[in-house]
Amino acid sequence: MKRVNLFAWIIFILGIIYFFLPLFSTFEFSLRMKKGVYSFEAYRVAFQDPKFYYNFGYSVLWAVLTILFSLILVVPTAYWVHWRLPKARPIVEFITLMPFVTPAVVLTFGLIRLYGSPPLVLTSTPIPLIAGYIVLSLPYMFRSVDAGLRAIDIRTLTEAALSLGAGWGTIITQVIFPNIRVAILSGVFLTFAIVMGEFVFASLLSWPAFATYLEEIGSMRAYTPQALSLMSFFITWSMMMLIQWLGRGAGRAEEIAVGH
Amino acid sequence: MLGVVKNIETRQKEGGASPARPQRFGSDWMAWLGLLPFLIFAVMFLFLPSASIVVRSFQDRSGNFTFDNIIALFTVKDIINAYRTSLTISFITAVGGGIFGFLLAYSVIMGGLPRILRSFLLTFSGVASNFAGVPLAFAFVATIGNAGLVTRLIEDLLNVDIHAKGFTIYNIYGLSVVYMYFQFPLMVLIMAPALDGLRREWREACENLGGTEIHYWRYVALPILMPTLLGTMILLFGNAFGAYATAYAFSGSFINLVTILIGAQIQGDVLYNPGLGNALALGMIIIMSLTMVGYVSLQRRASRWLK
Repeated sequence: MKRVNLFAWIIFILGIIYFFLPLFSTFEFSLRMKKGVYSFEAYRVAFQDPKFYYNFGYSVLWAVLTILFSLILVVPTAYWVHWRLPKARPIVEFITLMPFVTPAVVLTFGLIRLYGSPPLVLTSTPIPLIAGYIVLSLPYMFRSVDAGLRAIDIRTLTEAALSLGAGWGTIITQVIFPNIRVAILSGVFLTFAIVMGEFVFASLLSWPAFATYLEEIGSMRAYTPQALSLMSFFITWSMMMLIQWLGRGAGRAEEIAVGH
Repeated sequence: MLGVVKNIETRQKEGGASPARPQRFGSDWMAWLGLLPFLIFAVMFLFLPSASIVVRSFQDRSGNFTFDNIIALFTVKDIINAYRTSLTISFITAVGGGIFGFLLAYSVIMGGLPRILRSFLLTFSGVASNFAGVPLAFAFVATIGNAGLVTRLIEDLLNVDIHAKGFTIYNIYGLSVVYMYFQFPLMVLIMAPALDGLRREWREACENLGGTEIHYWRYVALPILMPTLLGTMILLFGNAFGAYATAYAFSGSFINLVTILIGAQIQGDVLYNPGLGNALALGMIIIMSLTMVGYVSLQRRASRWLK
């Protein structure tokens, strides 16, 4: 199919420029902290600020908590839908799509109004924050786990485990979990990337986080925000790379599974 | 972010094994019990917050029923402006990002470019569609802000100060340029598999019947792709409509979007009426629901031809 190659090249190059120009500019900008010369001064300053570690640490903590609770919530549910309740699938899928209908700002608004006053006050705890993050990552987590479950023979595995006398806890942790490890890890990395870059919940619920810190220093300083923005980009980038790399393995595993 | 869902969807379609058939031991009622933790979570942190927004939209300060908040949505100037701004930006970036994303997907899938560029573009689209929020804002400040690289280059090379000519990233057109960064990669991610789904037989059938390239696109390819194209543009629309952090990072509430207004309403009652914030959020839920319904129904239509 050799046609209008020139047009395709022009569009492609335009696209690449759109992709890379902001990244390159950000890098160039971050090097200009010292007048007249390029230096890594902005990075030195950024990584010297104890508040950076404080906020970054909190973001990692939120990410870990989100991943933990999201897995506890999603894996057994997805498994249960596959094994016992296929008719509940539309309901569960509808719920996992809800975050697209209620944007983060709207959800935060609802959470603050609902749990900011009696009878149930949760806004002094990080529960609404973690719950918000879980909701945000729900579509990705559910879909990757769901795809993983589709690729294995749950019925045989479950029946084998049951006939060997395993309980449900053992089945989930010892049988299902290891078999969909790759799918779970894609969900985990994606959730990590989302939570590390998330701004809305942390900002409006007033919790320390990397993105809110970035916004805060952005209004006070130049150059260091760009250095940290680039870092944030590389976090997202490396998570995506990990997912791709895992996905390649999963594709091969599926082929093998189908093959025999 | 939405792009990855699409990736996973296509991957799960490929996964061949059929899901386990339901087995009957124990009652149905018992089986639903297993779903309880998930349902309780959904009710507590999704449905109740949304429902409370709906209910409070129809309440005045002392909790009596009223339509005042809803009427205010269409009469208070700040609110109308916020909706107009949000809708404009969403529309511009959905159409612009949609067209450019489609052309990019076309060029890399059907334009005869080396195959390696295609996987490169798809990987990068996955990253870029997830790269939004505060860092994206700073990246564009460094690019076309007052002291940005491109701004300086144009000034040095062409001796034109684009900011003096009226260009700024701090208005809706500038913000649209920024939003485009995560919009068109999403389009690429969804359009690429759709273009791949166009069968060679269809083109051959068209050519055998004496059709030209133009006939093929006009009567075969575009009608097949149209539901996907429109559906994805609607998705992009919703994607931009719900965005908050990028605009916020551009000097606080400079650009008066609906999301920014809701955020300001949370931090301090800027509209001087708590009910208005609820109505504002309700309006958003309604618009986002409509986009979702539009997307899902077009997606269903698209799957008739593109599997």
